[in-house]
Amino acid sequence: MAAPDQPPAHLVFGDVTCVRGGRALFAGLTFTLAAGEAALVTGPNGIGKSSLLRIAAGLLAPASGVVEAARCALMADAAALDGGLRLFEALAFWAMLDGMPDSARRVTDALATTGLAALAAVPVRLLSTGQRRRAVLARVVGSGAPLWLLDEPANGLDSASLALLENLIAAHRMRGGVVVVATHTAIALPDARTIAL
Amino acid sequence: MSALARLIARDLRLAWAGGGMGNPIAFFLLIAILFPFAIGPDAALLARVGGGVIWSAALLAALLPVDRLIGPDAEAGTFDQLSVRGFSMSGVAAAKILAHWLAFAPSLMLAAVIAAGLLGLSGGALGRVELGLLIGTPGLAALAVTVSALIAGLRGAGALAGLLMLPLAVPLLIFGAGALDPGGGAGAFKLLGAVSLVLVAGAPFVTGAAMRVAME
Repeated sequence: MAAPDQPPAHLVFGDVTCVRGGRALFAGLTFTLAAGEAALVTGPNGIGKSSLLRIAAGLLAPASGVVEAARCALMADAAALDGGLRLFEALAFWAMLDGMPDSARRVTDALATTGLAALAAVPVRLLSTGQRRRAVLARVVGSGAPLWLLDEPANGLDSASLALLENLIAAHRMRGGVVVVATHTAIALPDARTIAL
Repeated sequence: MSALARLIARDLRLAWAGGGMGNPIAFFLLIAILFPFAIGPDAALLARVGGGVIWSAALLAALLPVDRLIGPDAEAGTFDQLSVRGFSMSGVAAAKILAHWLAFAPSLMLAAVIAAGLLGLSGGALGRVELGLLIGTPGLAALAVTVSALIAGLRGAGALAGLLMLPLAVPLLIFGAGALDPGGGAGAFKLLGAVSLVLVAGAPFVTGAAMRVAME
């Protein structure tokens, strides 16, 4: 849902090195993603897939190199949704912090898109693992951010939800968004660049 | 509502949800009730030590919420999501401190009235206790949030909280109790204010730094 007045989506890694706990996870990583492009980050556990996404999100400083990223939405392992709130309220809290206009409608739309409309009034703590993952996905969809950073988005999703995820990614790319997916599960990303760590 | 106001409103809701702030306040009153049992029902003695009892009880009660001020949000990824949205962690820490003070101080000051009644404090002594708490609790709230960020994610965080926080709170206790002296309390109030200001001014940066380290 990239608004027309936003700068075009992009993500640039220039010779990025990631060091965690004194150990170099990857070095000299260079790639550029322009509007409509997607990247699939693959590799064994602990190789630095999540770290790559956290560097792209600006949460982690690279040991060296430059990173340039558009405004991003991050789907990480931690849901960051208040358990005591109803799903709609929990998402609305973040939607209002996103600073996009008309946040209530964005949340309603995102819930409908992710098939959670019927659960809008259910407290987050009562949601199942898969429903919670879809709720986090709904926050990404509703954020309006041009760059999506999805860390293991398929975790906890059933096959119908996985198809939904693939459709949402495709739709986001059609609108000119950029998607980076770190996963060890097979996710269909047509013409995606593969970044094998 | 501005973004920081939303953060403060959320923290206030979480502080009161499920009686979160009720426990420290009940604990505070319980300590105030324990003292007469321990030192006997001598009204003059109780009135003399009562102000100090209230200050000690306030410090101990301030420890109770420490392990849930920062830790749960760090674990839930809330700070990650805030950071992605461009919030500075120092700003988030400042909002946390203000929210914690708003949740903690008024209820503590209200409970102090009850404690003063139980300990037989005079009206003047109660006034000095309340003024001292008003000046000292911002520093106490800042200290609680800072310590909470430092211990977030550690094992045995609750025990560590006391070891870290109580020594740092000693200046507040000294000047808070010093202000109880009806003759020469004015200087103590000023020093209490100074200590409280130093804690409030420094805490957002220390807390923010600790949150950023925890994020990496």
